[in-house]
Amino acid sequence: MTFSDGVFWVFAAIAVLPALGLLLARSIVRMAFLLLFSLAGFAGLYLQLGAGFVGFTQVLVYIGGILILFLFGVMLTVRIDVPVRPRSGPRFLVPGVVAGLLVMGFLLFVALGTPWVLHQPTAEEAARALAPDPPQIGLKLLSTYVLPFEAVSILLLAAMVGATYIARGSEPIEERGE
Amino acid sequence: MSMHWPLLLQAAGEVGLQHYLVVSALVAGLGIMVVITRRNAIAILIGLELLVNSVGLNFVAFSKFSSPDRFDGQVVTLFIIVIAAAEAALALAIALNIFNNLHTVEVDEAHSLKG
Repeated sequence: MTFSDGVFWVFAAIAVLPALGLLLARSIVRMAFLLLFSLAGFAGLYLQLGAGFVGFTQVLVYIGGILILFLFGVMLTVRIDVPVRPRSGPRFLVPGVVAGLLVMGFLLFVALGTPWVLHQPTAEEAARALAPDPPQIGLKLLSTYVLPFEAVSILLLAAMVGATYIARGSEPIEERGE
Repeated sequence: MSMHWPLLLQAAGEVGLQHYLVVSALVAGLGIMVVITRRNAIAILIGLELLVNSVGLNFVAFSKFSSPDRFDGQVVTLFIIVIAAAEAALALAIALNIFNNLHTVEVDEAHSLKG
């Protein structure tokens, strides 16, 4: 096993084991912090795959943005006067685990049973593999993928305006004669 | 197909495409379990993020191992990350609004229509 393979196993463990912990964690704050480790493991796997830009975008957007958003959401919606409820009754625990195992088994079957076509890199591509990738990704974003790029920009703007509109303060329910 | 199953036995061998696909499959299954078994809306969102991440890993892994251009899959993963960010912001806004109105984010308690 080479050093690079060892790094893969470390990051794979960091990605999968906290995901398992998410299933067993009791408190929602603990879930958010376990998600942090899982996302960091994924960022490491991206780096291991030679996708440095995607890996650091993952750290910036997911760990720096979405996770903080989740923590804010947890703090704003957890009520102190209500005791923590158990995860789920057996009504959803059993079907949920069965459905998850079915999906997992199917994906593993496909992943391991399919003869994937592997691309053997030519000498020129192998030399280019060491070049920094942000310029290449920038060129792709503004040439081949310029339409999805603009569509995603509009989507992001719409989501931002929509989230601001939805989350604005509204009167409590009792004031409306509930 | 049976010729490829011995790969399962050499799982500790040289890391290739299938190792990444296996990581992705495990995380996707765990994400589905979290989404179905949890009752808190934010916990369900956390499970969704796991699902989204496992898809992104697949794209990057395929573009590295079986595509002549290793950047195509990376660009798709960047789009996935952006859309996941938009989805998380909107879903948390909805969760906050539900909490403001119903004083709970447990999805099985958040019902105001009878039935």
